[in-house]
Amino acid sequence: MKFSEEFRDKELVRELARRLQALAPSPATLMEVCGTHTMAVARFGLKMLLPPGVRLVSGPGCPVCVTAQQDLDGFLALGEIPQVVLTTFGDMVRVPGSRTSLDRLRAAGAQVQIVYSPFDAVELARATPEREFVFFGVGFETTMPATALALQTAAAAGLTNFSVYCVHKTMPAALRALLASPELRLGGLLLPGHVSTIVGAASYDFIPREFHLPCAVTGFEPVDILLGVEALLRQLKSGSPQVANVYRRAVAAPANPKAQEILADVFAAADAEWRGLGRIPGSGVRLRSHYAAFDAQKKFAAVLAQVAPPAATPCRCGDVLRGILAPADCPLFGKTCTPSQPLGPCMVSSEGACAASFRYGG
Amino acid sequence: MCLAIPMKIIAIDGMVATTEVDGVTRQARLDLLPEANLGDYVLVHAGLAISRLDEADAVETLDLLRKLADEIQ
Repeated sequence: MKFSEEFRDKELVRELARRLQALAPSPATLMEVCGTHTMAVARFGLKMLLPPGVRLVSGPGCPVCVTAQQDLDGFLALGEIPQVVLTTFGDMVRVPGSRTSLDRLRAAGAQVQIVYSPFDAVELARATPEREFVFFGVGFETTMPATALALQTAAAAGLTNFSVYCVHKTMPAALRALLASPELRLGGLLLPGHVSTIVGAASYDFIPREFHLPCAVTGFEPVDILLGVEALLRQLKSGSPQVANVYRRAVAAPANPKAQEILADVFAAADAEWRGLGRIPGSGVRLRSHYAAFDAQKKFAAVLAQVAPPAATPCRCGDVLRGILAPADCPLFGKTCTPSQPLGPCMVSSEGACAASFRYGG
Repeated sequence: MCLAIPMKIIAIDGMVATTEVDGVTRQARLDLLPEANLGDYVLVHAGLAISRLDEADAVETLDLLRKLADEIQ
């Protein structure tokens, strides 16, 4: 058992596709909330296996895509401070800010270092005390414990040249805001499997209860995703929405207790600005006051105060992220906005709905 | 960005595991999974093991699907 190729087995995928057809469901629009699902659905061509009338649309679960322009512009501004080294996951490097992007900053001579983990950023800071390292804390609950542990490590080591520019966002609060949107007509949600390893499947119980919407906590292999779709279609048919967990090998009902302890030590809930969704109360985090010395937004407040608010953009990533506009229906799609010349984050990130749609077709 | 790779723990040194898949090794912190042991498969994301994979559950899911597929044929 390697927990990957077994769940790509052709026979099982065929069997699941047959079962979906046999369910003969009514037309339904299902949302894959997570960008990693968007990529897997596109890469494995799973939309072709869905019964007629059953559509999958992408949701707001691509952290690169939902990072607000203002936040990105702020991080980019720190790269212009001479002794600063910006550290980031590779996904963010090509996202266009209002004036520049991380790769253009780097080409212009700024220090931009791609890291595999926030722990690597802490190690860089430890090894190079004469420079100031700022880590771009992007990502949902899956990624937040790593940032929190990196901060605990930096604090324990007494580092004074490491800080985090924190734009982490949390999923359940964002889903509540999204579902309250009247434009959205959904039949069910494929919930993010890896966020769920941290928050627990039970944290979505409010969705069937308050919004009467079927949910399935879903893994990322083809068999997992089709099992998730099947769970949603069965719930639609029976008329009894719940949170099904079809990713039980990785996800339990309760939250991971160690993760909760670590997150509670480092972060406090805060409002957050989402591209496309606007400001959502309680959908982000800030560093607690005992980590204030590691908070890039505090440490560099004077520089950040000079950053101009972003101008309006014709990019409609916001509507794509809410599942109300198909990527190909955006007037920029494939014309002025392509993966090699992206105008918006949904075209930059390999997990973005626009990039997936461009690369693999709608 | 929420990609996490199933990797096997091949060594543990305090809170840091060496994990392996297809000949590639990565360090992963085990802070979230105090129960993890040598030989376990864990999901690794950004240098952190975020979940221990339950083999019995995986086998059960796959066996049930295979059984249903065989009945149809």
